[in-house]
Amino acid sequence: MGGEKARVGVDIKGPMDEQLKAELSKQGIFTTSLQELYNWGRKNSLWPLNFGLACCAIEMIAATMARYDMARFGAEVFRPSPRQADLMIVAGTVTKKMAPQVIRLYNQMPEPKYVISMGACAISGGPFKQGYNVLKGIDRFIPVDVYIPGCPPRPEALIDAFMTLQKMIDEQHLTGAGRPRHLTAGRPSEFPVPEFGAHDLEPASNPDIWQAPLVQISTAGNDEPGDD
Amino acid sequence: MNLETIKAEIEANVPGCRLQLVTNASPCAQHSLLLDAEHAVSVATYLRDAAGLRFDFCSNVTGIDWPQREVSEKVKVKKLVDGVETEVDEVKKTIVPGYLEAVYHLFSMELKHGPVTLRMCTQDRETQVHLPSLMYVWRSADLQEREIWDLYGIIFDGHHDLRRLLMWEGFVDHPMRRDYVDPDDFEYEPTAHDDVLRRAQLHAAETGGQ
Repeated sequence: MGGEKARVGVDIKGPMDEQLKAELSKQGIFTTSLQELYNWGRKNSLWPLNFGLACCAIEMIAATMARYDMARFGAEVFRPSPRQADLMIVAGTVTKKMAPQVIRLYNQMPEPKYVISMGACAISGGPFKQGYNVLKGIDRFIPVDVYIPGCPPRPEALIDAFMTLQKMIDEQHLTGAGRPRHLTAGRPSEFPVPEFGAHDLEPASNPDIWQAPLVQISTAGNDEPGDD
Repeated sequence: MNLETIKAEIEANVPGCRLQLVTNASPCAQHSLLLDAEHAVSVATYLRDAAGLRFDFCSNVTGIDWPQREVSEKVKVKKLVDGVETEVDEVKKTIVPGYLEAVYHLFSMELKHGPVTLRMCTQDRETQVHLPSLMYVWRSADLQEREIWDLYGIIFDGHHDLRRLLMWEGFVDHPMRRDYVDPDDFEYEPTAHDDVLRRAQLHAAETGGQ
């Protein structure tokens, strides 16, 4: 139907004009790009890995049940195998004894894969930070996409983190500097699993992905009663 | 249940055992029995099986670390001061060597009485850290004795499976001991204070700045 006419004014090499797209959709013609289709597919079927580490996992379970219903966002299928999962929700305290297993599970997940660090413990060790067997944040070993503070965070917070992740995926370009990790050759999709040492995990963190934030100790520790 | 009558009953029925009543001066008055390691299993078996006692339930086993400590007490000493014999207060310091202790809490489900607290002490904190396992008297002591081995380092002789429980195989320390030094991974603390601040300052000095 009028193939010659429809091509007029369309530069097929460049990205499609938003205005033209809207105009075409009014006429009943749906157009899309590979990038949109790819991102739409990725963000709406994020299947989480079925595991929980502590009390945050209870909130995660609540988020999947009828009241909060994560299924609305395409995350209803919690996969019991890392081979079938897209999203790792680190929900709870990561003990040093458990950390290698968590990292091994992450390594076994296929790309594209994402990590949500749920709750104070998974972020930093939380209330157990000074314990002898608690890892002070899972981001010392694997890259984290979204952090949710809270102890434990409510299901709404998990849904918010989930939507944040969906938005991040939706905005990713498949080419160029900001493209996702799995489309960048040479960027690792597996991270070294620490060994059990005599006193601590060896190494205690992965310096390639985690560096201690620089804190001005002189001001941070200056909490003595003032002179005034 | 009066602990002194229990103690007398055990002494009458388990020949050779050396029991010691450890009194608790605080209002709770929870006194305990200190067992000798040699007869501990037979005393425990007697406590479990004797008709009037029947302590069939061991609700809790825990460890205590007593590091070496200095005890100072005032002693009156007679001394010649300017040729006159007078009484002078003198502080006498003695060093109590450190040891480890296991504590068992017993109840009787059948006769509905308890608790009775048992204690056992090791000879020191370094090498003589063996105690007999009471696991075959009360099966509930199984995991708890493993936990005490893991966290305090008491070796329970006769335990069927004395492996670490909370820490991994290959870990060498016992984290609940008073002198345990945890690994130095406090690189970051947003509001550092006390010990953490001292460590952070130490780190800053090492890395030069920041």
